[in-house]
Amino acid sequence: MDFLTDNPDLYFKGFWETLKLLLASGALAMVVGTVVAVARVAPVPILRGVGTVYVALFRNTPLLILILITYYGLPEIGIDFGFFIMVTMAMGLYTAAFVAEAIRAGVNGIQVGQVEAARSLGMPFTLTMQQVVLPQAFRFVVPPLASVFIALTKNTSLAAAFGIADATFRMKGYLNEYATERVAIFLGIALGYVVIVEVISFGAHMFERRWAVKR
Amino acid sequence: MQLKRTTWAAVAAAAMLVLTACGDAGEDGDGDDTGAKGDYEVVADPDFEAGSRMAEIAEAGTVKIGVKYDQPGIGFKAAGADAPTGIDPEMGKVIAGQLGIEAEDIEWVETISANREPFLQEGTVDFVLASYSITDDRRKIVGQAGPYYVTGQSLLVAADDDSIKGPEDLEGKKVCSVTGSTSIATVEKEYGATPAGFDTYSECVDQLKNGSVDAVTTDGAILLGYAAEAPDEIKVVGEPFSEERYGVGYSLESPELCEFLNTTLEEALSGDAFQTAFDKTLGESGNEAPATPTLDPCP
Repeated sequence: MDFLTDNPDLYFKGFWETLKLLLASGALAMVVGTVVAVARVAPVPILRGVGTVYVALFRNTPLLILILITYYGLPEIGIDFGFFIMVTMAMGLYTAAFVAEAIRAGVNGIQVGQVEAARSLGMPFTLTMQQVVLPQAFRFVVPPLASVFIALTKNTSLAAAFGIADATFRMKGYLNEYATERVAIFLGIALGYVVIVEVISFGAHMFERRWAVKR
Repeated sequence: MQLKRTTWAAVAAAAMLVLTACGDAGEDGDGDDTGAKGDYEVVADPDFEAGSRMAEIAEAGTVKIGVKYDQPGIGFKAAGADAPTGIDPEMGKVIAGQLGIEAEDIEWVETISANREPFLQEGTVDFVLASYSITDDRRKIVGQAGPYYVTGQSLLVAADDDSIKGPEDLEGKKVCSVTGSTSIATVEKEYGATPAGFDTYSECVDQLKNGSVDAVTTDGAILLGYAAEAPDEIKVVGEPFSEERYGVGYSLESPELCEFLNTTLEEALSGDAFQTAFDKTLGESGNEAPATPTLDPCP
């Protein structure tokens, strides 16, 4: 276990970077994903079209290719935000497509009578979404959203090859330096990811209990 | 059906993006085939002690050598090329020749930094020549003969950058190298640089050219090669720092290989085999061959 006792700070620095990536791209994915989901169920055809195109584009493109386009495409046209923001953008916009589909499933799960009731009370579309549909939809989508964020946690490891010193970057460094401790290094890094994923699962579980629809 | 048409347009657009991205990522150096036949001596009927690993390999007529495929000048295989090029594959040919094996009978195996030890331990390869720095930790689990090449890392910076003159100017600067390499660990730990890891050196050089990183670090000879390609944009600064001693990896199950490798390397270094290998690869951009290293004695 020399790798941990010699350089414990590198291990934690790596996972801190992973966490920052997860939080930043997760927040971006939630915001964009919700907007796209609303667009996909909106009564305006153009909005529905834009939402559909977004999901088709970002869900069907491999994340690695999205990152490559961001890294090599944007600087070509003079846009360069730095590695962290660029990789966060790629991962956030990619994950947003999955968030949107999960939320859309939740929205579709709301009985149409509820929307009709809200509309007949005179609530406009946005208010119907805000007050009636989305609060209920978010309850239904906690389990699938948790899966999306768990997938995102693991996807952040791609950043190790794009200038970010995350946990996977640290793992490769450790492997190079401590040839005799390969298995311990793999297990140690895997453990860190498992902890993050478990926290997400636990959080999802708490939300589910708290928001459970009383029937 | 209007929606449907938009969907297809989007799919087509995505496909085009994908194709462009692939085109960009594929250009990594040039794949000049160095038809190596006859560069190094191939012993006609080598004589080894019966039962030794050398005799087994010579008997089989083929040898499996692990090299890097992504380090220009050291070990590099271009997409579509038949065999890897670089100082490591060249030295592999020298060793194979001493076992009576022609260059074209060598089975090249791509090894990355993380799988060099497992490949040797499991017998996936007979030798590893993959910018394989000799360290005490590695010598606990695999054999390392050599060094045949001693090098130090250098810094590559933008041509108009006067703020970095050597490693001590790296504090807080973003320095790029290959993820997991020793060079990137050194600049972070000893000089306080912010590490930025990529998969290949050419990606690092691209990031340096577009200003996303402040410097690129790795073996000085590799950097000189890149600087020679684009002297208006990038330059190598300062003296080499750190010391990497490249050795030949072999399995500890066959300790007799060490004496054989040391003899072979000794002859290559004192004769002209190493010089030939160097001139064809790292020396191409006008680098001088390094001083002849002293081999470590076998354990």
